[in-house]
Amino acid sequence: MTFRDFLKNNRVCLDGGTGTLLQKAGLPAGVSTEEWNKTHPEELIKIHKAYYDAGSNIVMTNTFGVNAFKYSDSELEECVAVAVSNVKQARELSAAPQEKFVGYDIGSLGRLLAPLGDLDFEDAVKAYSSVVKAAVKAGVDAFMIETMNDCYETKAALLAVKENSDLPVMVSNAYSEDGRLLSGTCPEIMVAMLEGMGADAIGVNCSLGPKQLKPIVEKYLELASVPVLCKPNAGLPRVEDGKTVFDVGPEEFAEEMKDLLNKGVCIFGGCCGTTPEYIKETVAISTNIPLKPIEIKHKTVITSSTKFVDFDDYPILIGERINPTGKKRLKQALAEKDINYILGEAVNQQEKGAHVLDVNVGALEVDETEMLTYVSGEIQAVCDLPLQLDTSDPVAMEKALRRYNGKALINSVNGKEENMDAIFPLAKKYGGVIIALTLDENGIPDTAEGRIAIAKRILARAAEYGIEKNDIIFDTLTMTVSADTNAANVTLGALKYIREQLGCHTSLGVSNVSFGLPERSRANGAFFTIALENGLSAAIMNPFSEEMMNSYYTWKLLRNKDANCLGYIGFTESATSTKTATIQTQSELTLKEAVEKGLKEQAAGKTKELLKSAEPLSIVQEEIIPALNSVGVNFENKKIFLPQLLMSAEAASSAFDEIKAAMDGSDKQGNGVKIVIATVKGDIHDIGKNIVKLLLENYGFDVTDLGRDVEPESVVNKAIELNAQIVGLSALMTTTVPAMEETIKLLKEKYPECATIVGGAVLTEELAERIGATAYGKDAMETVRFAEKYINN
Amino acid sequence: MTPVRTISIEEPKFNIKEIKRYSHYGEADDSLLDSCLEELKGITYRVSYAEFDITEKDGGLDLEFAFTDSKNLQTNLKNCEKIILFAATVGFAPDRLIEKYNRISPAKALMFQAIGSERAESLCDAFNEMIRAEYDAKGYKLHPRFSPGYGDLPITMQRDIMRVLDCRKNLGIILNENCLMMPSKSVTAIIGTEKKES
Repeated sequence: MTFRDFLKNNRVCLDGGTGTLLQKAGLPAGVSTEEWNKTHPEELIKIHKAYYDAGSNIVMTNTFGVNAFKYSDSELEECVAVAVSNVKQARELSAAPQEKFVGYDIGSLGRLLAPLGDLDFEDAVKAYSSVVKAAVKAGVDAFMIETMNDCYETKAALLAVKENSDLPVMVSNAYSEDGRLLSGTCPEIMVAMLEGMGADAIGVNCSLGPKQLKPIVEKYLELASVPVLCKPNAGLPRVEDGKTVFDVGPEEFAEEMKDLLNKGVCIFGGCCGTTPEYIKETVAISTNIPLKPIEIKHKTVITSSTKFVDFDDYPILIGERINPTGKKRLKQALAEKDINYILGEAVNQQEKGAHVLDVNVGALEVDETEMLTYVSGEIQAVCDLPLQLDTSDPVAMEKALRRYNGKALINSVNGKEENMDAIFPLAKKYGGVIIALTLDENGIPDTAEGRIAIAKRILARAAEYGIEKNDIIFDTLTMTVSADTNAANVTLGALKYIREQLGCHTSLGVSNVSFGLPERSRANGAFFTIALENGLSAAIMNPFSEEMMNSYYTWKLLRNKDANCLGYIGFTESATSTKTATIQTQSELTLKEAVEKGLKEQAAGKTKELLKSAEPLSIVQEEIIPALNSVGVNFENKKIFLPQLLMSAEAASSAFDEIKAAMDGSDKQGNGVKIVIATVKGDIHDIGKNIVKLLLENYGFDVTDLGRDVEPESVVNKAIELNAQIVGLSALMTTTVPAMEETIKLLKEKYPECATIVGGAVLTEELAERIGATAYGKDAMETVRFAEKYINN
Repeated sequence: MTPVRTISIEEPKFNIKEIKRYSHYGEADDSLLDSCLEELKGITYRVSYAEFDITEKDGGLDLEFAFTDSKNLQTNLKNCEKIILFAATVGFAPDRLIEKYNRISPAKALMFQAIGSERAESLCDAFNEMIRAEYDAKGYKLHPRFSPGYGDLPITMQRDIMRVLDCRKNLGIILNENCLMMPSKSVTAIIGTEKKES
């Protein structure tokens, strides 16, 4: 029997802890347990056998710490083979009567993934893939990914197993006492993401005892449609007579597990502190508990790594602002890779109340495949909302979906055969909820019946790919009523049927309804309300539109979806205060003052207002530059301080954003000096560098930022490519000054006409001189003053 | 060595003066600082620690978990027979905020960098105080805490500390290739304990 077949109809008993037993057998502190696989196989076989004898159906290899970062390819293969062989030998030796399988155990890589850490997602997948291939070669029955405390790393590991084997895989996460992973992820997110990617069983292990894990396991049981596993520690550790002991004994452990098994846990075992005795006791209790059949939960859930959106909590607002269609400023930002502008749009939409953000980067002169992945990754670093990846290009979709941290909303599939065959396999592999448009090879049907027929066909096709209907959201396509006054009726007719009769969630791009009409927001707001009445679950909309937000809050208020009316009250208050604030800025502050005081929104608002009557360039010359100059001088004279300098710079940036939008991107007003900046290799501190960049940009320098931990070659090549006059380098640690020196040396060799300025906590005038830099920048203003010497040179 | 203990400590009081010092805040008005403090959520205060015997060996020190020939540490640990080794972290919350604002507001990034550092230092102070009281009762006085990277004590000692205190499991601390800790607002240090003259 295969493990997958066994799992279908049986409760599965895993093994228990290994580390404590090995220490008892004499493993010295500080020696990693996997070293003993090769040096002391008899000890390992003894422990593995004891678990089979105690009743384990599957015993895991002692490979938790084995990974591709520690071993070369050949070492890794041998290491895995030895570990697998130990479990196989134990299985041969055990006379226990139950079904016995061999599992391969995968633990964390011990590195932190970007953006917080320095490990690239694909490198993590590659590292996991090596062990998976080696384990498949050695011959195992199943994989167990366990004790994972980072959502993103869990995804990398599961993807590696799925891509390199057809064997069943169980995925288990380690939660902290607050009910979240270290990555801030809650069970709702892990269930949605892991099921979406096709994990055979999911659950929790380690960190806590059975009692403390109970609420988390219950959450899994409530949400999961696959078997749930639970592998607690023997309670909590405490120190007793100079030794670490766990506070729950075998019988008490089994008693606690009884409750969880009764509630529906299918797969059980023990983690730290547990021994064969714990497994034996729990097996004895489990035989009397019938296996509960697993219900399919039909949840429609998308997630980031820290937030989830359940479509049963409708209406869901999907912010539409990151889509260049009809948005000049965004097109320009995409063409210039001006990520800051895009990130600002993300954060602002969240502040306005969006639950999900649409991300569409399809524009001329943009490599959509690169850009969608890049932009969605950057947005995930600043904003915790789930994203809707929006592209018609399946290649761009796959790349972005693969790297996405969580379970994304996929926009979109339609009824065309070719399209379904391209999109459904992606959703099946990476997980995701799919927006399905009711159109096909023959276009958009002009009747509700026609659109419903396509919806049914899409559902049938999805089912062939193993995609459940809860992972499909239908968009019945909003058409403008100015072209066909019956258009809204058709859209809503199909919408209502699909929601009520097919039981699927729905979404609409609401604002299309008024295309070609005056005062569109009025019609849009009303259409939104009517659509909600007809079963709309989610709207792709502009969260800045007061009419849309008005419809949202009033509908919830009137339909008993707003406890104590607090949502509505909050909305009215914030709407009023925004109005008053706008009036105040208009009457009180000049743009120069707004920049000097570091008021971002006021600076942008004031610029917008000035643009109605003044030339963009004269605003820069007469307001922004004088403001920056006075701020710079005040900083140098210690009349203002670093946070104020930065806030002024940010305010100036927001003013420049408005100016850029008005100038249509045709003419970048720079001073002609090109500067390449980077934090040197080995150093991941970039706050100082970012401060310098912001200020330089304010002063009109053309700055190319290579980021942090940058190789000397990359800096030099970029400087040569751009014909840059200045290279700015930052280092915060003494240990990375040599990398800075190396970069300068290489630059002098390959591109001697380029000047260098260096800065960072460990640098001094003398040190800068010693490593050959042209200048030392004590702070950001000094760097600006230095760079100014190169204007018109 | 004694077994490793891992504890949570109650939120230490905010030291606004230190935050301002770290961020070069000067006399700027408090609005930026206040808005950042309001946004700060999800900080945890956790410490893992154990006691080790130290012995002089080959002109250096055997710390049980590592050997070092650091002269600065030897000076610091003069007259000590035991040390407390600890690792402390305030978790990923500051790092997430720093990553976020590094991209959209350098002013706030600067502030969260400063607030995170202050939180980590205040956590160490609180832990230090707890230990001081405990050892004081036992008749010991504490030496100032000393971290890898200070003076001639190499940063690579972090690897030994991570291993012996099992920081990855107990605290979620991970080292990168340059021996920098993530969460970045984490501290490891050695505290010497010296018997008080009776």
